[in-house]
Amino acid sequence: MSEQIKTEATSLPDPTQVREIMLEPYPAKTKRKRAKQVLVNDPETPPKIGANSRTVPGIITQRGCTYAGCRGVVMGPVYDLLQIVHGPVGCGFYAWLSRRNLARPDTGESNFLQYCMNTDMQEEQIVFGGEKKLKQAIQEAYDIFKPKAIAILSTCPVGLIGDDIHSVAREMKKKLGINIIGFSCEGYKGVSQSAGHHIANNEVFKHIIGQDDTADTAKYTINILGEYNIGGDAWEIDALLKKCGIHVTATLSGDVNYGQLARCHTAMLNTVMCHRSINYIAEMMEKKFGIPWIKINFLGAESTAKSLRKIAQYFGDPELQTRVEEVIATEMTALQPVRDEVAAKHRGKKVALFVGGSRAHHYQDLFEDIGMKVVSAGYEFAHRDDYEGRHVLPTIKIDADSRNIEELHVEADPERYTPRISAERRTELVKEGLSFSEYEGMMAQMKKDTLVIDDISHYEIEKLIEIYKPDLVCSGIKDKFVIEKMGVPCKQLHSYDYGGPYASFSGAANFYREVDRMLSTKIWKFVVPPWEKEPQLEANFVHNVRIKDTKKETKKAA
Amino acid sequence: MLQSTTAEIKPRSALRVNPAKTCQPIGALYAALGIHGCMPHSHGSQGCCAYHRSHLTRHYKEPVVATTSSFTEGASVFGGLANMTQALTNIFSIYNPDIVAVHTTCLSEVIGDDIPMMIKKSYDDGIIPSGKLVIHANTPSFVGSHMTGFSNMTKAMVTYLSDRNGSTKNQLNLIPGFIDPADMRELKRLAAMMNVNIVMFPDTSDVLDLPQTGIYKMYPKGGVSIPQLKSTGDSIATLALGHFASYAAATALNDKWEVTNAFLELPIGLGPTDRFINALRNYAGVDVPESIVQERGRLLDMISDMQQYFHGKRVAVAGDNDNVIALVQFLTELDMKPVYVITGSPGNHFETRVGEILKEQVPDAVIKQNTDLFALHQWMKNGPVDLIIGNTYCKYIARAENTPFVRFGFPILDRMTHRIFPTVGYMGAIRLMDKMFDAMMDHKDRECPEELFELVQ
Repeated sequence: MSEQIKTEATSLPDPTQVREIMLEPYPAKTKRKRAKQVLVNDPETPPKIGANSRTVPGIITQRGCTYAGCRGVVMGPVYDLLQIVHGPVGCGFYAWLSRRNLARPDTGESNFLQYCMNTDMQEEQIVFGGEKKLKQAIQEAYDIFKPKAIAILSTCPVGLIGDDIHSVAREMKKKLGINIIGFSCEGYKGVSQSAGHHIANNEVFKHIIGQDDTADTAKYTINILGEYNIGGDAWEIDALLKKCGIHVTATLSGDVNYGQLARCHTAMLNTVMCHRSINYIAEMMEKKFGIPWIKINFLGAESTAKSLRKIAQYFGDPELQTRVEEVIATEMTALQPVRDEVAAKHRGKKVALFVGGSRAHHYQDLFEDIGMKVVSAGYEFAHRDDYEGRHVLPTIKIDADSRNIEELHVEADPERYTPRISAERRTELVKEGLSFSEYEGMMAQMKKDTLVIDDISHYEIEKLIEIYKPDLVCSGIKDKFVIEKMGVPCKQLHSYDYGGPYASFSGAANFYREVDRMLSTKIWKFVVPPWEKEPQLEANFVHNVRIKDTKKETKKAA
Repeated sequence: MLQSTTAEIKPRSALRVNPAKTCQPIGALYAALGIHGCMPHSHGSQGCCAYHRSHLTRHYKEPVVATTSSFTEGASVFGGLANMTQALTNIFSIYNPDIVAVHTTCLSEVIGDDIPMMIKKSYDDGIIPSGKLVIHANTPSFVGSHMTGFSNMTKAMVTYLSDRNGSTKNQLNLIPGFIDPADMRELKRLAAMMNVNIVMFPDTSDVLDLPQTGIYKMYPKGGVSIPQLKSTGDSIATLALGHFASYAAATALNDKWEVTNAFLELPIGLGPTDRFINALRNYAGVDVPESIVQERGRLLDMISDMQQYFHGKRVAVAGDNDNVIALVQFLTELDMKPVYVITGSPGNHFETRVGEILKEQVPDAVIKQNTDLFALHQWMKNGPVDLIIGNTYCKYIARAENTPFVRFGFPILDRMTHRIFPTVGYMGAIRLMDKMFDAMMDHKDRECPEELFELVQ
């Protein structure tokens, strides 16, 4: 099939035909919907994508739920915030240590990442309400663990039976004298994890950020927003910035504690890695406290260098800029041999990425570093702005599902609002090419005629592999073994297959080597056994030859 | 490691900490994968299905495919009929399974979706193509545990599909319980050695232990077939392994077609395997072949070699009720002392039965159903053990307490071979002993004073 639809110019399949093949078996309604989410790219004028829309029932989706986005992604890594999942046991259980939230708490600090706490809701609470049990659970958690603060996270039945977790939070906060925050992140609230990110952003902004005005004393302080320290990425970034003389006040949310969240509004700049999961906080912090935000990406050598330069440019200190250039030069020199070696072996090989709300974009930079070709990519739960760029924001229609999620009305804090840079300086920086509050999206970077697929279905993945025959696919745990059963290596970009770190220059080296391992492994060559490659020899023939040979040798020896 | 866990035990009545169970739907999804050509379907919010697929995949390292009704707030208010209809339309058009096995979630249970009505309507409206089947099980997450979900879906196979054509067939039904594909394959191997025809349901061997061929098949060759399931009403008898996972289906089969039941425990260890083999012998009227006697003999010989190292060792056991009940018997056969025995799932039979097993040998054992790993860890802080046996989550306790650890049960997320090597049968018992022996000896070799570091054991 792939041979038939190849166009001569690109040696890749004709994306329009691939798209048709992918949509072909769908019933009419499903076809209409998916047609808006499977698009042929044009980087000059990215087509409008039907992202952040309802998942088609029965299609086999990669997506998870609102609760997963809130509890698993944004709140999960906050290691000393005691989190109680209110609901039946399963939701708490599955979010327990299943995301790789690595943390190194200081001695004496609490680390609740290893704990799964929930109300194990039973039929009795479904019928008579679960607030009483929730209060009791909070009391017990307080008595046993003495946490600094407690979060309550709702699962599907909580909203339906009408438990008011926020009034429970207020009551227990008063009683125990510690901060207690409710997250109404019932699984059904949105079309994907994305709604949960937004809910987490709102509550963290309302109830944690700004609780402590103690500022770090470092000269240059920044927050890294949307970095989750999978495989230790945040640690690599932190170490790199330290070399340059830049201090990270808080990483949201990776190896982070409650105290850091409470005072992260004191930083001088917000840098945004994963735009999808955390842009809300970046926007709100700018409005309330006057901290500008810029988009950065520490995945890929070139992107890391670019991101460092942006931060240095923002601070505008020639000394800092010189140091940053020195660090970049040293790191690039150290990285070059492995980058060259891997690029020489794998340049031009094909990769497809279907994951997350930013990773499918960020990782393209790492592949670009080694000359690999992205043939198709898509997010699991992103919105149009993550594909087409933030300039489309005013044109995004708010549908019923998005309306469920509260849009906080934020105003400048009467006392604490301090623009970190003057309006003139900002204008100057913009003139110099530094964009604030800007993300150009994935499509602008992808080549013309690549295929962009939002919320890819199982069927579309199968067809994609069959037609494009990619050398590597980046995806998640649910697809990994499907893809590998087809003889194509799959790199998980949620868990990194328990490897990493891949961020910063040092992480990039790990990633190049990992790509090399996956593309060089012999395992896929062993699939066809020798007896299916060779004609069958008659057993007695082989046997006779041996006997004869043995006899000859015996004679010779005699 | 687990630094907030202290020896001081404070009363808890509402807070679950580090559960030793999960919710019903994952058990139902797993059971449904043991039907040939089946698409498991989760009726509720899509996160449930994502979590269950992810966790089963992490345990088996194999493709685990299932669909979901993807409820949003609208469906949660107005009911899930439209989502179900759309899902079934898509599933049959795109993925063409022979059968769809629907399980519910707490969301669809709380809003009271009537699944049989939805299925009937889908047949009436032609949504379900002719010759295709849809079955269902109610699996509310706020009742029981994943064991209950497995049991409910297994029972649904009987209520929806088992049939009787009148003439008894020379076959036994075997309900294996919540065990891995390796175990199911081992049960089939033992039955074949005994020359007994069995219909095992569910059967996840050749579904979740697939060879690498370069070709992906959504519906692999394994799984109990629909004709086999239909024939279960004509079988001589039903052997139901495990009270919690298999009793309901066996009873339903008896209620429906009066198929005689034999309730057994999982064949883990010597005694429970002996009883399984004996049941096959008696119900099928066959002799035990020499090959099985030999396997049993090899296990016994291994026990005699290793027994001195196991004798009197204190063990903490956590896991699923059926599996732990059987395992504890094996531990007593090895003269070990299971001092703490817990399961997260509710059900009094667990405490009664384990109490009976340990009455003589470990009269002061702490045995508890419906409890969690946090409680177990606190008991261990008050009275240490020589070995922990449980699922992967126990490794945090093992590290915190520097205690040898053997992975057993569901889920095992950080080791790979459990889908291939069984723990049931005589050979499975040898494997379990091997793992226990290795864990304890590696620990001794790492921790003992240098003068006691010995070459030979």
